[in-house]
Formats: sequence, structure tokens, C-alpha cells
Amino acid sequence: MPRWDRVKKSFFDWERLTDSFPRLLDAFVLDIKIFAWTTPCILIVAVLIAIARSTRTPALFPVRIFVIAYTDIMRGVPVILWIYLVGFGVPGIGLERPWNSPLIWGSVALGMTYSAYVAEVFRAGIESVHESQRAAARSLGLSSAQTMRHVILPQAIRRVVPPLMNDMVSLQKDVALVSLIGPIEILRQAGIDKAKFANFTPFVGAALIFLAITIPLTRLTDWLLTRERDRTGASKIR
Amino acid sequence: MNAKLILNSVAKSFGDNQVLRDISLTINTGEVISFIGASGSGKTTLLRCINLLETVDNGSILLDGTDITAVGLDANPIRRRIGIVFQSFNLFPHLSIRRNVTLALTEVLDMSSDKANETAINLLARFGLSDKIDSYPDRLSGGQQQRVAIARALALNPEVLLLDEITSALDPELVGEVLDVVRELKGSGITLLLATHEMGFAREISDRVCFLADGVVAEMGLPEQIFSHPTDPRTQQFLQRVIAAGRLRG
Repeated sequence: MPRWDRVKKSFFDWERLTDSFPRLLDAFVLDIKIFAWTTPCILIVAVLIAIARSTRTPALFPVRIFVIAYTDIMRGVPVILWIYLVGFGVPGIGLERPWNSPLIWGSVALGMTYSAYVAEVFRAGIESVHESQRAAARSLGLSSAQTMRHVILPQAIRRVVPPLMNDMVSLQKDVALVSLIGPIEILRQAGIDKAKFANFTPFVGAALIFLAITIPLTRLTDWLLTRERDRTGASKIR
Repeated sequence: MNAKLILNSVAKSFGDNQVLRDISLTINTGEVISFIGASGSGKTTLLRCINLLETVDNGSILLDGTDITAVGLDANPIRRRIGIVFQSFNLFPHLSIRRNVTLALTEVLDMSSDKANETAINLLARFGLSDKIDSYPDRLSGGQQQRVAIARALALNPEVLLLDEITSALDPELVGEVLDVVRELKGSGITLLLATHEMGFAREISDRVCFLADGVVAEMGLPEQIFSHPTDPRTQQFLQRVIAAGRLRG
């Protein structure tokens, strides 16, 4: 590997790393903020979409059509494209500050796409609750809304926690895509430092910071999955 | 005696499979009726139609003279008056035994949680389940779960209770404890409709027995008459098979 020395120098330069690391950490706070405010919105919107999709009242047919179209369209276009379209497009209609910030609309685009993905997870959970549970609840005189709230949803949510965590790990990483329309979060900061040093080491630093968050989250997800399987399944077959 | 339930030419099919062709029955208040018949003869479907879990294709069902199958009628207040217990218990696994019983009381009847709790404590004590009140369904045996399911249905004080093969999913040694609960209910004024394969029990507890075959009531009468002197050839054939299988003493 004749060029290994050059690669080592431009990607794994210890001095460059220690120099840029504090700035990267500072910028990462913005990633965490975006993650923190999009996550609750995503969960709430996704549950509402999943409920709307699971209704059976004939009168709500237009609502079902609307949410099906929404999830199809949101999932059918790359996340990055939505961030460009919403992040540049909406402020373009002439909103006043602070409402014209690409940061806000980039987050909204992220929230819109992820709520469609997460809604599908919730829907799978709702559909996994056996029909007999619905029959039991309705036979006691509970309305379909009460049945959803007290019987179906609590069981559905418990079952989808592990796959949901998977989506949250993805979201944590995809937050960096918002950098492409302006906000100085960690990926953007790494780019600035890269240009300054003419060295790629800041990107490696950013990757390390992401790993420090996503690996524990992934391990937690696996642990939750195993626990769920042990709780509900039969003993393991070797 | 006045009629609690009247079924007029009830018909129900699932796709091409016509499960109920033409069922007409009158059931009096406080009566205990057993529905017997081969698997697939429509016992379960009939009970589910009465509870409005299935909508009838044809015919009508009257509860105290009111047509409960009328189009546009709100099913929820009617279901409150007609309880059902399922073959596979269908307890809510994420709720404690206490909450399984009180859920409909607080949510449907708007009862205060204190009063609902009191009802649950009394009912569960009556069925010998006091020590299980804060357990979850998966910690209970099948027999215990089924007794909780009966308590849950009774909590709403229904006028009619439908028991859909409630012992079919139980180990043989657990059947007795559930049947004891049903014995206790007889004579309390509640109208009981059972779909069952427990022929000995049907004979013992029923005021009348109804044999279903080919989607119609093939024969209906006193237990003695149905089990000892059946007149319909389909009843005779069915009972011979049951006796051969050792499920009823000849």
C-alpha cells in the first residue's frame, strides 16, 4: 500500500482531530436538538396516521385515502429531496424571520418523511393485535374509539418498541442531512474544518461522535428485541 | 314467562358458506338453552349474531321486543345488555385482572373507579379469584382465565349471557371449576345461552336443548327428550357419534 501514509495523514491526523473535536461536539448539540424536537412530533403524527389508516367506518374512507397517499408519497421520494424541496421551497414563499429558517423547514421535512415510515411500524403493530381482542372489547359495549385507545393501541405500541428504536437510530443519523441546506450542525462543521485544514480528519471525528450515540442505541434495541422474544416466544431451539 | 329473545328466520353466510339458513327461536327470560351440533353447524355464529359481533344477512333478532338488528341502531348499548364469553377467553393481556373487569364499568357505564373496583372485588371473590386480582392474565391457568372472563362479562349486569364453548380450550381437569360457575348462574334471573360440546353438562343444566344442523334448528326440546328420545335422524346420528366418542353415557 504505497499511498497508505498519505491516507493516514489526511484521515487520521491526531492533532487535527484534537483541534476540531471541541467544535464538532459543539455543533453536535444542534443535531441533538433537531432530533429532540422532531422525535415527539414524528411519534404523535405517526400514531394518528396509523389510527386513521386502521379505521373501518365507511364514512372515513376519504381520510384513509388521504393518509395512504401521504405515506406513499413521503416514502416514495428520498429524504434528502424532501429536505431540499421543503427546506428551500417553503421559506421561498416569503415568510418573515424567524419562520423562513431552513433549520425549521429542514426539520419539518425530516419529520414529514419519518412520520410516514414510523406510521407503517405502528400500523403493523395495530394489525398484529388479534381480532378476538377487538371482539372482546366491543362485546363489552366499548366503542371503536375506546377499543382502540384502551385495548388495541397499548398492546400494539408495546410490540413495536424494538422496530421503532431502529427508526430512531436512523433518524439520529439522518439529522445530518439537514446540513445540506445550511444549518451548521456537526457534518457542516466537519466540512468547514476540512476546508480549513485541507484534511479529512474532522469527518472521522464526526463519525466517532455519531457512533458514540448510535451504537448504544442499537445495542439497546437488540436487547429489547431479545427480551420481547423471550417474553412472548417459546424456548429457543438450538 | 315472557320472551327475552326472539329470532325470526335469521340467516348468515360467509362468502359462499351459508352457516345459518333459517333460525327461528323464542327464548324466555331466565331460561338456560344449550346449542349442540357438529363443528361448523353454526353454534358460534349464532351467538355472535345475537351479540351483534356479526350482522345478520336476513331475518331479525328481538330483545325484549325491540329489533336489535335494525339498520342504523347503535350496537354499543345493546352489547352491554348481552354479555359473551369466548372459547379462548380473550382477556386483555396488558391489563391486570382487576382492570379487565373494571374497564367497561368506568369507560362504558361511567362508573367511579371506587365503585367499579368494589364491583370487581365482589365478583372475583364470588368466583374464588380474590388472590389473583392484581395478577396479569398470563399468570393464570386456563380455568382461572375463563372465570375472570365470565366475571368481566357479568360486571355489566347483562340480561343475557352467551357462553361460546367456554370449556373447549381447557384441560379436562379445569373444566369442572368453570362449569361450577355456570351452575351458580342458573336461577339468578339471567338468561343463559350456551354453545357446547359438554353433552353431560348440557343435559344437566339446560331448560331446553337446541340441536343445530345444516344451518337450521333440527330439533329442540327438553334435555331428556333430545338426549334420550331424539326424533330427527340427524340428532340420532350426531348423538350416536358422541356416545361412541365417550362424551356422553348412552
